Amino acid sequence: MDQIARTEASTLVSIQNCRQSYPKDASSDVIILDDVQLSLREGEIVGLLGRSGSGKSTLLRIVSGLLKPTAGDVRWRGQPITGPVKGVSMVFQSFALFPWLTVEENVALGLEAQGVPRGERTTRAEEAIDLIGLGGYENAYPKEMSGGMRQRVGLARALVVHPDLLLMDEPFSALDVLTAETLRTDLIDLWSEKRLPVKSILMVTHNIEEAVLMCDRILVFSSNPGRVASELTVPFAHPRERLDPDFRQMVDDIYALMTRRPVEHHKPLGVDKGAPAAPPPVQPLPVVGTNLMAGLMETIEGEPYNGLADLPALANAFQMEADELLPIGEALQMLGFAEFDEGDIKLTDAGKRFVEADTDDRKAEFAAALRAHVPIITQIRQVLDERWNHRAPALRFRDELEDHMSPDYADATMRTVIAWGRYAELFSYDREADQFSLDDDQDDED
Amino acid sequence: MTVLALPAFVSGRRLPNLWDAAAILCVLALLILVAHAAHGTLAPLPKGDTITLDPRWLPYYALRTTLRMFVALIFSTIFTLIFAPLAAKSRRLGMIMIPALDILQSVPILGFLSFTVLFFLNLFPGRVIGAELAAIFAIFTSQAWNMTFSFYQSLTTVPRDLDEATRSFRLSTWQRFWRLEVPFAMPGLVFNTMLSMSGGWFFVVASEAVTVGNTTFLLPGIGSYVSVALRASDLHAVFYAILAMLAVILIYDQLLFRPLVAWSSKFRFEMTSGGDAPDPWVLSALRRTRLLQILGEWIGDTATAIGGLRLRLPLAVQPRQGAAPSRLVDGIWFAFIAILVAFSLWRIATFVAASITLGQFGHVVLLGFCTLLRVAAALVIVTAVWVPIGVWIGLRPRWARVIQPIAQFLAAFPANLLFPIVVIVLVRYALNPNIWLMPLMIVGTQWYVLFNVVAGASAFPGDLKEASANLGVKGLLWWRKVIIPGILPYYITGALTASGAAWNSAIVAEVASWGKTTLTAVGLGSYIADATTDGNTAGIVLGVCVMTGFVLVINRLLWRPLHAYAVRRTTF
Repeated sequence: MDQIARTEASTLVSIQNCRQSYPKDASSDVIILDDVQLSLREGEIVGLLGRSGSGKSTLLRIVSGLLKPTAGDVRWRGQPITGPVKGVSMVFQSFALFPWLTVEENVALGLEAQGVPRGERTTRAEEAIDLIGLGGYENAYPKEMSGGMRQRVGLARALVVHPDLLLMDEPFSALDVLTAETLRTDLIDLWSEKRLPVKSILMVTHNIEEAVLMCDRILVFSSNPGRVASELTVPFAHPRERLDPDFRQMVDDIYALMTRRPVEHHKPLGVDKGAPAAPPPVQPLPVVGTNLMAGLMETIEGEPYNGLADLPALANAFQMEADELLPIGEALQMLGFAEFDEGDIKLTDAGKRFVEADTDDRKAEFAAALRAHVPIITQIRQVLDERWNHRAPALRFRDELEDHMSPDYADATMRTVIAWGRYAELFSYDREADQFSLDDDQDDED
Repeated sequence: MTVLALPAFVSGRRLPNLWDAAAILCVLALLILVAHAAHGTLAPLPKGDTITLDPRWLPYYALRTTLRMFVALIFSTIFTLIFAPLAAKSRRLGMIMIPALDILQSVPILGFLSFTVLFFLNLFPGRVIGAELAAIFAIFTSQAWNMTFSFYQSLTTVPRDLDEATRSFRLSTWQRFWRLEVPFAMPGLVFNTMLSMSGGWFFVVASEAVTVGNTTFLLPGIGSYVSVALRASDLHAVFYAILAMLAVILIYDQLLFRPLVAWSSKFRFEMTSGGDAPDPWVLSALRRTRLLQILGEWIGDTATAIGGLRLRLPLAVQPRQGAAPSRLVDGIWFAFIAILVAFSLWRIATFVAASITLGQFGHVVLLGFCTLLRVAAALVIVTAVWVPIGVWIGLRPRWARVIQPIAQFLAAFPANLLFPIVVIVLVRYALNPNIWLMPLMIVGTQWYVLFNVVAGASAFPGDLKEASANLGVKGLLWWRKVIIPGILPYYITGALTASGAAWNSAIVAEVASWGKTTLTAVGLGSYIADATTDGNTAGIVLGVCVMTGFVLVINRLLWRPLHAYAVRRTTF
């Protein structure tokens, strides 16, 4: 393989001991990235794979120079990075096209910033537009185009400056399945034919198959805080075949990697690299609705899975990506309704009881699970029971969450707390007043 | 339709804070200083051009008035393009500039007209240019704050991905400004410019004929023409003026604003296409005419080239994280603000000690409540009349298409030109001015309520209409549970715009004269107007400050929370 010969080539990016935290107050920080090492050589496609919240997009922004890490050594071709780097360009998840510029003007923007004269700008923009299959769309505005075409503009805009490194932030996740697949194969074809004017690609994704399909090397991130949990080399040559048993096996293995229980939990895993901080008393909750959880449990319990389902198969059956499926499974695991086991998901007894129950009993099962496994919900209910008027402002619980996580996560967690608590009829919530309360019938329960 | 765009003052912060307090003090001191500087020059004024009531001169007068408008618009735009980026990009400047802007928006500059006129006359003694500048300044004050605020808000809400794209492609500050920030702000800026325009017409007409003490200064223009006609009790001349103004606004609207709004919709930050209104005829003509097209392209290319220059301005883009602000500079800056505030306090204190008694203050606040009552009553009447009509029209798309531009056009008409007609009726039937002058305050601003309600009812979702019909919801229940909540955010936008403008027009609307007869309603507006006529500096300052206070409190405590509530509760 010529890849191996090229690993000796010059290093583009090297990151040592990178840490990104976000100051909560003087004493405590919320850590987004912790102790990350990365080195990127010419001629490879590297994927950063992880769940949302694992800091992989943050790492991409650090590489691009858009963000300065809290600590750590970040170098581009041996020089420390201090700001946006010449020779690195970026493709955005949301495309980030300027709606008031035509396709050609959007593509030429990076050249204009470099002060390339007008004539050359036009020639090079047209080259990039043709390369990426957008010929004929030069004068169209982005809003006239479909999502797939827009992302092609995003690609052309990034390629026109002939960057050494192309950064892609979940470039296909805003597209439908078929469009995304076309774009992926087009890009990989151009790469294999060495027609892309780039030396390396670093991409962020949460789609496991996408990573295995495109990348030479995959860094799997764990969440909270983001760390590189494992690094895998993909040994297959392009073009890759999704149905190849080896390909499937690799996808399965990565599922297993990503569903391993977080190290902070239960088992005292002192062997894991770097001693983790004390487990936070308040954990972020995924934004997962009760309908999704019930639906997944019913599916696992029903035919053909009968209580035990293979995750990749489940994801395929539902047309879901790992990032959508895993949070549901994780929520079920957290509530004791299901368990992950090496790339499979299995219902527990509580989960089976839930599936067989009717609406009211389901709510009771759910309430019991919440009380057993989600401390903040137990705490809210306790406060409400103790107060004479059975009311409590939500603000104090929000504050408590924000002590342990970023405001975005605190907000998401709060929404989940409210949704789950409402479903279980543990408490009511009034949005105008931002307060929790007990209804009359909730009052005299237990 | 740009109706859901908001007048800039609603979307700001809600609760007053320490910076507001500092800004209020500084603005108050500024007002007092201007009044003081101008007071010394209460000498007889030069007699300006004489105004003839011959209608043949009207086109010339209209042209002069319109020119003033344009010049002020240019100044406002320049001010906006410089001031807003300064406030948005410098944390320190922003701290004091933004609250100050917010408060300046609420100051009824109309009450200060006599001072600004004197101030500018003093700058250019004996020349018309002084009075011209004063008129232009008055229009400027009615446009600039609003536009600057809108631009500032856009600058602080630039989408994050576009921001990152410009930074990762390493655009210079100058390129970023013209490629990202200005285009992104354009729709809001155009909408707010349009909104301030009707205020501008109002001011230009009022500022052309200013009476201070015994002297009246007349600038050639429609406003002066009307004021001369009023003194001469010439009804025909009043009608001619109204016709001329209608024509001017029609031309202005068709030639400038329709194309501008259509053009600015290109910059609207949404990726969905469709729903675009057809191009107004002027824009289509521009696009079809070869010569004009070449000219337009040349201008466009030049602008593009200028915007593309790789200038690095000292206003660096703020890093999202990293370098902590320098404590030392912060310290100096805070000390500077503290000195400014202390100086303002001292100015206000000496002014209050010298010229205002507590009784006087109480009296003026009481007058403020009289005017408040009038504004409230006017709003209730306008609501009762126009909400049902607006809903009726809005639910019939064919009518809505016809009525909508008419209402927007009427909103741009300077209502003070219509006052004489009302006054004649009042004098003729000997009606009580305390009650019957009230409609004058709302005559020009009621259209905001109408066109917002029409827009709301037109945008009411079809499935909800069908669902309520299917459930058999009718009569009062339909109004209460279906349509009123459905149009609430739109109605509130209209009502708050109307209320803001009503306060400003109170200064002109509570005193009306026809020939030798002068009608006065008890209120804050007439207090300021009387103080102006008497050359009573302290009275004007007190009146304007109290009115500012009323407007601020009502905006902060009523309209903003109400608007936020309506948006929160009635949208998904």
